[in-house]
Amino acid sequence: MSDTTVLAEERIAAPRGRASSRIRSWLSGYPTLLTYLISISVALGISALLVMMTGTSPWTAVVALYEGSLSTPASVGLALDKAAPLLIVAAGTVIAARAGLFNIGQEGQLTVGATVACAVAIFVPGPGPLVLVLSLLGGALAGAAWAGIAAVLFYKTGVPIVIGTLLLVFIAVQVLFFAVTQPWLLQEAGPEGDVMPPQSELLRTEVWLPHIGEYPGLNFTSGVLIALALAVIVAVLLRHSVWGFKMTMLGMNKLAARRAGINAAVLGGTALLWSGAFAGLGGAVMLVGGNHRLQPGISENSGWDGLLVALVAKENPVFAIPVALFFGVLRAGGGFLASTGVPRYLVDVVTAVLVLAVAFPPAFRILRRTWQARAAARALAQSGKGAAA
Amino acid sequence: MIEALTLVLASSVRLALPLAFAACGEYIAERSGTINISIEAMMLGGAFSAVFGASITGSAATGLICGVLAGLLVGFVHANFSHRLTVNTYVVGLTLNLLVLGLTSFLLDLVVLRPSQVAVFAVPLLSDLPVIGPALFAQRWPAYLLWPLLPAIWYAMYRTRWGLQMRASGENPSAVDASGIDVNRRRREGLLLCGLLSGLGGAYLAVGEVGMFNQNMTSGRGYVVIAAVIFGAWTLRGAMAGCLVFGAADAMRLALPALGVQLNPQLLVASPYILALLAMVLFARSNRSPSALGKPFARGLP
Repeated sequence: MSDTTVLAEERIAAPRGRASSRIRSWLSGYPTLLTYLISISVALGISALLVMMTGTSPWTAVVALYEGSLSTPASVGLALDKAAPLLIVAAGTVIAARAGLFNIGQEGQLTVGATVACAVAIFVPGPGPLVLVLSLLGGALAGAAWAGIAAVLFYKTGVPIVIGTLLLVFIAVQVLFFAVTQPWLLQEAGPEGDVMPPQSELLRTEVWLPHIGEYPGLNFTSGVLIALALAVIVAVLLRHSVWGFKMTMLGMNKLAARRAGINAAVLGGTALLWSGAFAGLGGAVMLVGGNHRLQPGISENSGWDGLLVALVAKENPVFAIPVALFFGVLRAGGGFLASTGVPRYLVDVVTAVLVLAVAFPPAFRILRRTWQARAAARALAQSGKGAAA
Repeated sequence: MIEALTLVLASSVRLALPLAFAACGEYIAERSGTINISIEAMMLGGAFSAVFGASITGSAATGLICGVLAGLLVGFVHANFSHRLTVNTYVVGLTLNLLVLGLTSFLLDLVVLRPSQVAVFAVPLLSDLPVIGPALFAQRWPAYLLWPLLPAIWYAMYRTRWGLQMRASGENPSAVDASGIDVNRRRREGLLLCGLLSGLGGAYLAVGEVGMFNQNMTSGRGYVVIAAVIFGAWTLRGAMAGCLVFGAADAMRLALPALGVQLNPQLLVASPYILALLAMVLFARSNRSPSALGKPFARGLP
């Protein structure tokens, strides 16, 4: 619809003279770029203002963020590690979103995934690599099961997916907390009579996700490769496979999909399961790739942020790669920020205002269209009145 | 036994009050068609601004007003982003939660807050009633604002033209639009009211109950409020009952160990969400939720 509207606008504008019409059409092509520029500047300006409130110059903060995330090969690796789970979660979110389902419970699916992955890694005997794979699969299955609850509730009883997945997040957090406070479950064993912290024991090193590269140089966990591979696979499947086509069809028009013989409950349910599986895998990767022990705060809001990555990337898995990297860079840089006297929470603020700044221009473009249409209608009504008089 | 009951009841009500104010707001927002996730941000922002305002002016009542304004500001941003611009409401909600959590934690490191609390007002005679007296009639004074607030909201939603338009915006926005009413404007108003009331809830939590601000002080209470509105099947009465039940669950978590009863604390923390899910399963068939809940409105064919 948008292209034809632009064409029509240009055709209307054309009779006013050639040069001016060229400028006009040039301007009408670029205001979005301009609004992007303005809104991102405003976001950065707000962030800079906050930094100045601490008495540090914004430049120092920028340098700290850069040093923490991009200055050395090792810190680049850290940023990659932080980005990987976000990308995995985002790739899964894209699948559900393509099918028109809004899963917002990734945080819960990720938490449950990490919990089950930890249980598998601790309780399943066997050679390290096998247990590692089982642990990742267990995480993915747990995430899928957690999303599956919401899917069953939706397709059997009609509980909206948004509400189902949202409520399950907070139950999942308590499941994790329960698991790490019960000595017979996952809480680490200590000397008799000691009060142990709510966390699991450290996983044995054979089940850690292998590291690529050595410390002073570029090094990151293989979770990064998993994330990249998954994002690309999802992109290819959604674009080039029958499954992806059906999924997109279901998302775009439920009725047409049904006419074409697509079972919404089955296909939509699978989409939701996959999305949960990805989030669960993300949790498992965080556990065996980073923390190596289960703690209540293990998710670090990665579920929520992964969802944001998918939404900022406009539900496009390939575009999610740079967005996740950007989030990862901010997260990695945040650790370095504290040393300059700027609270590390600045990173959350910067992320949030930037998300709003990026969301603003396209939405503003639509709003501007509405305004223009309304003004045109008013002008038309007035000229009509004039003619009548 | 009576003493324990009195104590638990009093602390249930005390814990339910911040939820109750916010639930009034969430109720209005959801009836007009928005699942407002940023309620967490509204409450947290309200709580911080209340203590901040009270620290600067030295008056807890002024702090309360600052809290309300902060909630209103969050509501304003959310309303304009999701119902004037057409940004996905969950993106806006999540982002605002992230923003306010980050901002309040950031500012907490920068400014010095002083504890301040509003005064308790015990209603003469009534507060001496056994069992329910301390729970209902010996609260901090802003708590009594809830008494006029509830009938006022009910009246506004069910006995005024505006209220009908609000509810209709949540049920059948196309019909509302066809009769010449700006759906998104009604929804924006819903979010603004939600911000106002949730800000009050957060402020009450901070300068009413606790008297201080801690990092991430609301810690998910906003989501409990969403659960309460769902649990109450989108009625004001039900939402208040939900708040009371969830307040009681919270009170039990604190009181049961002292009374020597063993009950899993995680189960109690999770109970609001489990109960809300169960309620949803029971209500979903009878279609109690607003039909257009969570669906953005744009003019044209659906």
